[in-house]
Amino acid sequence: MTCCTMDADGVLAMSATSFSSEEVALASHPLGSGLFQLDLSVPDAHCGACIATIERALAKLPSVRKARVNLTSRRVSCVYAKEVEGRPTDPAEIINAVNSVGYRAHLFAPVAAENDKTRNQLLLAVGVAGFAAANIMLLSVSVWSGADAATRDMFHWISAMIAAPALVYAGRFFFQSAWNALRHGRTNMDVPISLAVTLSYAVSLWETMHHGEHAWFDATVSLLFFLLIGRTLDHIMREKARAAINGLARISPRGALVVSPDGSRRYVAIEDISVGDEIAVAAGDRIPVDGLVSKGESDLDLSIVTGESNPVAVSQGAAVSSGAMNLTGSLVVRATKLARDSLLAEIINLMEAAEGGRARYRRIADRAAALYSPVVHLLALVSFLAWGFLGGDWKQAMLVAVAVLIITCPCALGLAVPVVQVVAAGELFRKGIMVKDGSALERLAEIDTVAFDKTGTLTLGTPRLVKTVADGDADVALAAGMALHSRHPLSQVLARGTPIAPMPFDRVSEIPGGGLEARHGDGHYRLGSAAFACAQTSNSASPDNPLSEVVLTSDGVVKARFFFEDVVRPGAEETIARLDAGRFETFIFSGDRQSVVDATAAKLGVRRAVGALSPKQKVDECEILNERGRRVFMVGDGINDAPALAAAHVSMAPASASDIGRQAADLVFFTERLDAVTEAIEIARQSAALIRQNFALAIGYNLLAVPIAIAGLATPLIAAVAMSTSSIIVVTNALRLTAFGTRPFSRLSREPVALAKEIKTAWTCSST
Amino acid sequence: MDMLIYLIPIALFMGGIGLAAFLWSLKSGQYDDLQGAAWRVLADDEADSSKP
Repeated sequence: MTCCTMDADGVLAMSATSFSSEEVALASHPLGSGLFQLDLSVPDAHCGACIATIERALAKLPSVRKARVNLTSRRVSCVYAKEVEGRPTDPAEIINAVNSVGYRAHLFAPVAAENDKTRNQLLLAVGVAGFAAANIMLLSVSVWSGADAATRDMFHWISAMIAAPALVYAGRFFFQSAWNALRHGRTNMDVPISLAVTLSYAVSLWETMHHGEHAWFDATVSLLFFLLIGRTLDHIMREKARAAINGLARISPRGALVVSPDGSRRYVAIEDISVGDEIAVAAGDRIPVDGLVSKGESDLDLSIVTGESNPVAVSQGAAVSSGAMNLTGSLVVRATKLARDSLLAEIINLMEAAEGGRARYRRIADRAAALYSPVVHLLALVSFLAWGFLGGDWKQAMLVAVAVLIITCPCALGLAVPVVQVVAAGELFRKGIMVKDGSALERLAEIDTVAFDKTGTLTLGTPRLVKTVADGDADVALAAGMALHSRHPLSQVLARGTPIAPMPFDRVSEIPGGGLEARHGDGHYRLGSAAFACAQTSNSASPDNPLSEVVLTSDGVVKARFFFEDVVRPGAEETIARLDAGRFETFIFSGDRQSVVDATAAKLGVRRAVGALSPKQKVDECEILNERGRRVFMVGDGINDAPALAAAHVSMAPASASDIGRQAADLVFFTERLDAVTEAIEIARQSAALIRQNFALAIGYNLLAVPIAIAGLATPLIAAVAMSTSSIIVVTNALRLTAFGTRPFSRLSREPVALAKEIKTAWTCSST
Repeated sequence: MDMLIYLIPIALFMGGIGLAAFLWSLKSGQYDDLQGAAWRVLADDEADSSKP
């Protein structure tokens, strides 16, 4: 069960996500007869033991009727009764039960139902096409084995009757997509597919009516079958990534406590907060809308909003922006903007404005189709006319044209790209990197510049204790004991990060913006910033010092000093070095202070670092690089990075990123190490190479087979054999990607890359 | 060739049974959690049967 114990960060995150009963009740939907269903996302569940633990914990609750974990989407669906023996139940206890066995649980917006529907439709289509293909092939084999006139006609008719509904049902995905493309004056891969399928069916039917010898029903349907497999795999890959990413969504507050003028408090939805409302924000909550502090003092964690790494003290009159985490004291905030005009809304506007570059990108398969389909269609037309005019037999000409269309069918091309991308995405998934769609892999293979955000990306975003100056362990124990009482990130780290057992304190008071104060015995202790603890202005820590300092004083005498630093993400130095070796240009675009950014840049060896950037300026930096012909790979996590993530050629975010950052990014990595960046680039490049090889194979095969078809020698048997062989070759070539992973083959690095946490935990799981 | 009258419908019917079985398994949600199903094989049964 080693995998199932929570790490310290998980517990920290858990304490920050508490849901009120109202909120939970709001998220559940009624099933009738007093039963409600609640769906929770449990991002930490990942093995059989997790399923059993969670289900058992929930089954113990009296109100819960049924609980089932879905490991693929990392969700629990739980049916509970609103009343047990006449007493109303508290739905929040479901979340608490999951938390108490060590898993985070979030409410989530049910957006995934749509995807499941598409997947099921695709699977149904695969089933239908497979059924049709198998039966038609059965009949075709009989024809090829020498069934004669009347029997052959009957077999052809049965084939036609099986093929027609299968074509309409399973082919609609291609027809719709092709029609959409044509209507907008474009072509994509589905245009030649649809044309080949429809034409071959029509000609086969005509042949059957006229007692012809050759019918192509088997080719028509098996072509659909193969292509649908590729399409379904592609869809499942994207769905898997999306489920994993959505599971992380820490729901931004859905409502807030509004304080009425008469002092009463009520819980209102966030959209209903109007300008001028007073909102109570408890320690540990996020600020729901932009506003001014009207009462109280506290420290705010802005790391996800601006990239500022140190908490900022706020007091009455200070402006606060939505998304900031309230750390130490309770605040009353007067809303100055509606939720839809708040910072998050501005960021979304910026993102939409920036998204031009990505929308313009055309998938490699579509670009290939734009070249391929005119050539193929022209070839078929020329053969048709040539056979018609030169040979005079228009029926024979039609057959030859259809043979050309089927032989050149983009079966191999249609499989060449998705299969490689699915294999690559699976390989990345195993390394803890989610890819949202195949085009992200294509774009990632093209990049030449990598831009990083600092806080939360190059660094972990949480401070670590780096140096302790103390006379003895007793002082450290004192400090740790006091720190236990605070939510301030530095206190949390101090309380957890010292190996010495903390000294218990009964009463510790927290002074927001300063630190902690306590009495123990006859001593009067203060823990906090130097200015606060020494009760005087101190110039020992200048604001530009990248290290944060916490001082413990006893009656004004300094007892211990603790130095904290936002440590760089493990693997960051190697990653930058490897990127340098791979001739990538690296940048840091950060919202943090320039001096802090410079310190990180110097440590990691990044040559260009720009600090104090607003979200808009980050986008501008990306666009300047774009204009210089650079393809930028942006790695960032914060709300302030989201527009830049959208503006870059391709982007990546850590799993700890803000919701909007994760939504904006093309890739999300779940590992703690920054190696994910180079791993993703490597695999993207390998898959690009494989796609090129597959294209070459497909074109080579066409060069061999097309002359046979034009010469009029291609029978349905030859077509079926040729089509299957080319598909198998292309798929086999795609599978070589997994072989690369086990070999130290790579373009970026010469050493084998470290295995992701995901694999290790999977192993420890399976060995328990 | 008379037996074709029987054999072809039988072949189609058997294929149809396979298709129907697939459609049923898809509808009843058997492909919703492939990863979880792989683990549940190994789990003890009591987790499921503890509630009526």
